[in-house]
Amino acid sequence: MTEILWHGRGGQGAFTAARLLGAAYALKSENNYALAFPSFGPERRGAPIRAFTKLDGRPLGNRSEIKKADISVFLDDTLFSEKAFDELKDGGVILLNTRKPVNDRRVVAFDANEIAERAKLPVANTVMLGAISAVFPKITAEYIENAIFLGMPEKLQKKNAEVVRAAAEIVGKELKK
Amino acid sequence: MRKFLSGNEAFAEGIRLARVQVISAYPITPQTIVVERLSEMVEDKSLNSQFIHVESEHSALSCAIGASAVGARAFTATSSQGLLYMAECLVYASGGRFPIVMMNANRSTALPWNIYGDQRDSLSLLDCGWIQAYAENAQEALDLALMSYYISEHKDVSTPFMANLDGFVLTHTYEVVDVPTAEQADELLPKFETENKLDFSNPKNLAFSAGPEYNALFKYKEHLGMLAAVDVIKEAELKFKKIFGREYTGLVENYKTDDAEYILITLGSIAGLVRETVDKLRENGDKVGLLRLRYIRPFPNDEIAKALNNAKAAAVLEKDISFGNEGTVYTNVNSALKKAGLTLPVSDYIGGLGGQDIAQTEIERIFSEMKVETQKTEFIGTGGEGI
Repeated sequence: MTEILWHGRGGQGAFTAARLLGAAYALKSENNYALAFPSFGPERRGAPIRAFTKLDGRPLGNRSEIKKADISVFLDDTLFSEKAFDELKDGGVILLNTRKPVNDRRVVAFDANEIAERAKLPVANTVMLGAISAVFPKITAEYIENAIFLGMPEKLQKKNAEVVRAAAEIVGKELKK
Repeated sequence: MRKFLSGNEAFAEGIRLARVQVISAYPITPQTIVVERLSEMVEDKSLNSQFIHVESEHSALSCAIGASAVGARAFTATSSQGLLYMAECLVYASGGRFPIVMMNANRSTALPWNIYGDQRDSLSLLDCGWIQAYAENAQEALDLALMSYYISEHKDVSTPFMANLDGFVLTHTYEVVDVPTAEQADELLPKFETENKLDFSNPKNLAFSAGPEYNALFKYKEHLGMLAAVDVIKEAELKFKKIFGREYTGLVENYKTDDAEYILITLGSIAGLVRETVDKLRENGDKVGLLRLRYIRPFPNDEIAKALNNAKAAAVLEKDISFGNEGTVYTNVNSALKKAGLTLPVSDYIGGLGGQDIAQTEIERIFSEMKVETQKTEFIGTGGEGI
């Protein structure tokens, strides 16, 4: 099972991204299964929220929150701290949206906001989906684009699909450095 | 068609495919999305239905009763305090033999105020004369929505149907769901026809009084209607399998119980985790199994006795407590075992109250405690024991 933990603030689209990732994986093959859910409870713009995506090649029975993740995504660097490593499996990776450099080989840090702004998107959630396709071989940018066309309102589809490719390329290059 | 849907959304798809004619509901977390999706379907005309936004849950069910009483297929949905507010109307619907379907998003009851999932809301209303089913996942939720009308409207049954989905962990979790076509759904579910309706061309009295002379007979017939559901559920599932290819197993689901020495009995979405735990423990050679109660009313007395016949011990895991006694599911299970003359030790684990997370390690502990073959009632996570 692959477990992806999303951190964001209310309004940044963390749960939408968690859901699109689950759809991207699960709708690709009849043997693929996924669960996607937010941290349950009342929602408030700006408040920290978490969201969860679980992916596997068999039906998923455990609906509990993820304790340790294979991939941990931060849409907002004010939520990132040393604590993030406690919630990471050995060999896991953190994708961090930030302008600041981070010197830790477990962290892929890049300016996702800039990629979003170029495409005139207010939030970077789909940018981070593109980044996932660069670090996780079982998800391609094409799968994610497909999920965007199936699971997002029509007027948002094109712009969001574009940033997925852009982010995948930028993060791909970053990893080769 | 395979879609990625939440439990609420999957149930709404099932209600659309059932061609429900009247929807009356009042929003309450975590039920809200099922009603929102249905209102969107009515607006975009993918569902030809009257959507009535009422001012309370009491009115929501009263309205559904009115709709059913003129021969319409009616739906409502609620949760927790909303269900309790409906309680007066629940018995009007069942006593009047109106085959209304309700989705209940299982949620804790006040006080303390809590919006998270447990099953105290529906289990505290077992005696209201409604069929009660509990879905494990979003696919089963959609399939129950379709089958519920087949079962409920069957003339031998004529009993309202409450389909329960665990709040948040099922209603708000997205997963893959196969959404059938309208043609497939129509094959299972004919148009609702009933003689139990107000009709200008054939005037009669409905929902009347019955004094001591006849009351017992009405109640006995209501009981028989509920019991008749046992066979109709099987019939519905057989037809369902032929059309949709998915198989359901009546009042219970047995998972590796055939040769099991220790069996955990539970209901709802936690069964998924129990099934994974059974697989894990079986790898170590532990003979363990899961008995999932898909229906609580009618109650699977015979099925429970059959599954536990050769077991050494069993336990019930339920998100419910009947204060001053024990979990209600446990009481019912013990009654089934007593009637069958079975004397194996059975413990009661009360967990998941107010959305409390139940970890896999807890399920493993329950199985290991069964091996000691003692009998107890425990509140998980509090250190407290019951009677």
